[in-house]
Amino acid sequence: MSRIHIDWTRCDGHGACAELLPELLTSDEWGFPVSRTGERDPQVPRQLTEHARHAERSCPLMALRRV
Amino acid sequence: MSQALWALGRGTGIVALLMFTLTLVLGVTTRSGRPLGLGRFGIADLHRTAALTGTGLILVHVVSLYFDPYAQLRLVDFLVPFLGSYRPVWLGLGTLALDLLGLITVVSLLRQRIGPRIFRAVHWGTYVLWPVALLHALGNGTDAGSAWMTGIAAACVLAVAVAVGWRLLPSYDGRGWRRAPRKVHA
Ligand code: SF4
Repeated sequence: MSRIHIDWTRCDGHGACAELLPELLTSDEWGFPVSRTGERDPQVPRQLTEHARHAERSCPLMALRRV
Repeated sequence: MSQALWALGRGTGIVALLMFTLTLVLGVTTRSGRPLGLGRFGIADLHRTAALTGTGLILVHVVSLYFDPYAQLRLVDFLVPFLGSYRPVWLGLGTLALDLLGLITVVSLLRQRIGPRIFRAVHWGTYVLWPVALLHALGNGTDAGSAWMTGIAAACVLAVAVAVGWRLLPSYDGRGWRRAPRKVHA
């Protein structure tokens, strides 16, 4: 099990992650990702592992990591 | 057999040039943050796929030409540029491009571990890699000067010129574009 962690010093709010992980992330009005689960670093359920990996690969600024 | 190797070496080289042209254009597009229909991650994925396809083709390109008896390449020619006996300058450009490609590919695949600063610095090297590879194709290739090869090269140059021209426009940077209204499914 992993969690989604966003490094805010890197994130520029392009929003690729929220497009790829709509179950866990949504975007605020400026495009920055917001956790949907209420946890600061949302837990990734097993069935979303692949999508979480994809989001990690796709973050253009390497701000999103699975920890 | 050696005819086949020769043909394979030429063919993969040309298709790889097309792939890297596509990669560069997609890279500029994805970096711009404007999705152009595919979504931000769609373009990034395509950029990655095209780059890795091109890299795979280059692998076939160098291996087939290594075993081609006419090309007479030594192992050192794949690592150290400008030592070859046949058209050393043009071949050397190919070696240089291969070295750069190796470095850029490794750093890109390990970028999560290496971090964005080094990744980005090394990734600028693609702007050296592409013209060097193009020159290598034009100077070393048997097909250089043929009408279709000139056509391909011209198309590649045009595509990159348009992309880089757009990249250099002042409006490209600074996140000055208008964001598409974002659908938030509550
Ligand atoms: S993809 Fe990366 S940079 Fe873009 S919003 Fe998500 S975490 Fe931030």
